[in-house]
Amino acid sequence: MRRVAVVRFPGSNCDADTLDAARDAGSDAYYVWHRDRDLQQADVVILPGGFSYGDYLRSGAIARFSPVMAAVTAHARAGGAVLGICNGFQILGEAGLLAGALMRNAGLRFLSRPVRIRVEAVDTPFTLAYRRGEELVLPIAHGDGRFVADERTTAELEAEGRVVWRYVGDNPNGSTREIAGICSAGRNVVGIMPHPERRTVPAVGGTDGARVFLSLEAAHATQHAGDVRAVGGHHPGLC
Amino acid sequence: MVAYRVEIRVMPRAALLDPQGQAVGHALHALGFADVGDVRVGKHLVLRVEAPTPDAAATRARAMCDRLLANPVTEDYELQVESA
Repeated sequence: MRRVAVVRFPGSNCDADTLDAARDAGSDAYYVWHRDRDLQQADVVILPGGFSYGDYLRSGAIARFSPVMAAVTAHARAGGAVLGICNGFQILGEAGLLAGALMRNAGLRFLSRPVRIRVEAVDTPFTLAYRRGEELVLPIAHGDGRFVADERTTAELEAEGRVVWRYVGDNPNGSTREIAGICSAGRNVVGIMPHPERRTVPAVGGTDGARVFLSLEAAHATQHAGDVRAVGGHHPGLC
Repeated sequence: MVAYRVEIRVMPRAALLDPQGQAVGHALHALGFADVGDVRVGKHLVLRVEAPTPDAAATRARAMCDRLLANPVTEDYELQVESA
């Protein structure tokens, strides 16, 4: 069972859904207030969606300096898994933990509707329970979702397979190369604009988002199996 | 220490799509201002900064822009210092 810290900022509003999704997937999930400096031995940190600090100045620009972010950055630099959903993605971009930035939607309107996305990378802690190329339907709910990065950065993301999700068919916000989510060079820090936590039970319209959270426990189980194999490797005939 | 008035202009990078600027441009054309070309929308910030000299105030303001007020990925900034 993984310890999953869900960080709450003033203005977070997807924190409860995110906590529920992680708990339903079997994780030991708990809240951390943005003024806390201790992640309480978290294995995984999730920055949920919302409108931290009212999106003043730029989305995520002020939250990125919250006291908790020093611990989140240290966790990420040490290789720990971090997921930013929607506003969380914006905060990770502002913090420099993910490349690029999320700008005003090309159509200027706040968009709240389901979109189709394709899973492009399954070698991250949050996507390993998916199949590469699989298409999902997840809701978006954002005004600033247009992913922007300079050409060099975009080429680097593509070359290193760091585009994790891409919009399919319709690019709702004008994102560069239909990018809906990316990961860091170390692949442990991941950001996504659509909301997987809003599609984890059939009663709310689908379960396409559930495996983002189930991936965490699957990663843990695989890691564990790896440890067992490593130990077992001393016995000839095993493996 | 003297109080200075620092005016900072933050603009979206020229190479980036500025949908707000485009929408304002279209509205101006619709109103008959056919002479309007490109329109870009940015932010204007006015700060009161205590510093020993105008140069020191500008240096401090640049540090503020680099850390918080402008996003280096998407925005450029210019600033001007006047005595308050």
